Amino acid sequence: MALLELRAVRKAFGDHLVIDGIDLSIATGEMTCLIGASGSGKSTLLKLMTLLEPVDDGHIYLDGQDISEPGLDPQPVRQRIGIVFQQYNLFPHMTALENTLLAPRRVRGRSAAEVTPEAEALFDRFGLADRMHHYPDQLSGGQQQRVAIVRALAMQPEIMLFDEITSALDPELVGEVLDVLRSLRAEGMTMILATHEMGFARELADRVCFLDRGRICEEGPPDRIFSNPSEPRTRAFLSRVL
Amino acid sequence: MTGTPLTRRQVFEARQRRRATTIAAGSTCAVLAALVLLIPLAPGWEAVKRSFFNAEVFAKTFPGLLNAFLLDIAIFAWCAPLIAALGLLVALARDLRNPALYPLRLAAMLYTDIFRGLPVILVIYLIGFGVPGLGLPRPWNSPYIWGSLALILVYAAYVAEVIRSGIESIHDSQRAAALSLGLTPSDAMRFVILPQALRRVVPANMNLFIALQKDVALLSFIGPVEIFRQAGVYKSLMANFTPYVGAALIFLALTIPATRYADHLMNRQRKARS
Repeated sequence: MALLELRAVRKAFGDHLVIDGIDLSIATGEMTCLIGASGSGKSTLLKLMTLLEPVDDGHIYLDGQDISEPGLDPQPVRQRIGIVFQQYNLFPHMTALENTLLAPRRVRGRSAAEVTPEAEALFDRFGLADRMHHYPDQLSGGQQQRVAIVRALAMQPEIMLFDEITSALDPELVGEVLDVLRSLRAEGMTMILATHEMGFARELADRVCFLDRGRICEEGPPDRIFSNPSEPRTRAFLSRVL
Repeated sequence: MTGTPLTRRQVFEARQRRRATTIAAGSTCAVLAALVLLIPLAPGWEAVKRSFFNAEVFAKTFPGLLNAFLLDIAIFAWCAPLIAALGLLVALARDLRNPALYPLRLAAMLYTDIFRGLPVILVIYLIGFGVPGLGLPRPWNSPYIWGSLALILVYAAYVAEVIRSGIESIHDSQRAAALSLGLTPSDAMRFVILPQALRRVVPANMNLFIALQKDVALLSFIGPVEIFRQAGVYKSLMANFTPYVGAALIFLALTIPATRYADHLMNRQRKARS
């Protein structure tokens, strides 16, 4: 059974249909990259998965449970699906470590003494050991984004969503964030990325989905999508960005 | 000096600064000199000097005024924390989304509308004379209690609006980030949004508390002998207005530094955000 399954999902903002009937099935340990032009619905799709936006129609199943049911309590779902945003969205009044401890303590009810060593291990693993006690505005963009990833990982999610997490970074800082994703990939984390990093998608993804006007226009293994796309619109998009 | 030679730009700016300082100093001196020379030429100056700037009266009444001012400070000191607490509660009540709590939300809205819409002195009269009129036993008929309550109700309404504007100024992405980690909406408010919002409105709230410090004097209209009332007593006793000038100086000694400090905080925030 798929870990996360979308069936005929639709979402409109006002009259504008942003997601127009998407079916997608994510297996455990799989890494999926969503590519497509700005406004094609990549970010909205991720927000629907973590219930930050309600689905208008269709279904999203997590482990067989319909999480798109209107009125469902979103908190338990969000504890299982982590998300990292383009603009980091760290809490500016808390240090990197405090950012990371907040949810495990408040949501999981764990003690600081219990969570801190885990958080320290994550900071250490991603080269942030000496940045734990810094505030977000004392960190570079790349460091902030790595802290945001650590913060999401500290909740031990089963799936991680990444919403164009390198798009706001200076080019020389992109690499350090992609290294974090490589490391997560190596340990078998289930990941869904909305990304413009085509080289990265080609290198690591199990599957690439090309979104166009709220639909999955074409999907398949990265080698085929990038070297031999079958849809003219995919070809047109790739010729613009590659 | 750092030892490095100044750039052309620095030399130019230093010259500009010196020029500006010289002109500012010159024009200030000219205006002051005009005031000092011209005002005494007014026909009533001697009379004004006698009744408003009488050194002898000033020396005699100033210690008593200072003493009376302690009551202003005391009233301020017990009102301020209650205002902060009530203002916070009302601000939070206005953001309630639970339909069962709608009456509370409505009440908070009416409350801020009503008390921001009335002159402070009117509220002080209505509550300060009205409630003791119920014939309550001591100490519940004290004008201190009801006058303070009037100040608290009016100022908490303003503080609530300031806090609410702070809450609304926090970008929605902060709330989204908190919720995405599994926090409940109330935890997101308490740990993520409110701490940032309160920090952001410190200068605006300081200005409100400076205004409160001055409005404490309005309680004199319903009885308490604080500094304004005390100055009035001295005025009648000595048939001289100098005690009012003394009282004004005492207020300014407190409010000017506080205002400067609030401005300083506001500037610092503006710089930090740009």
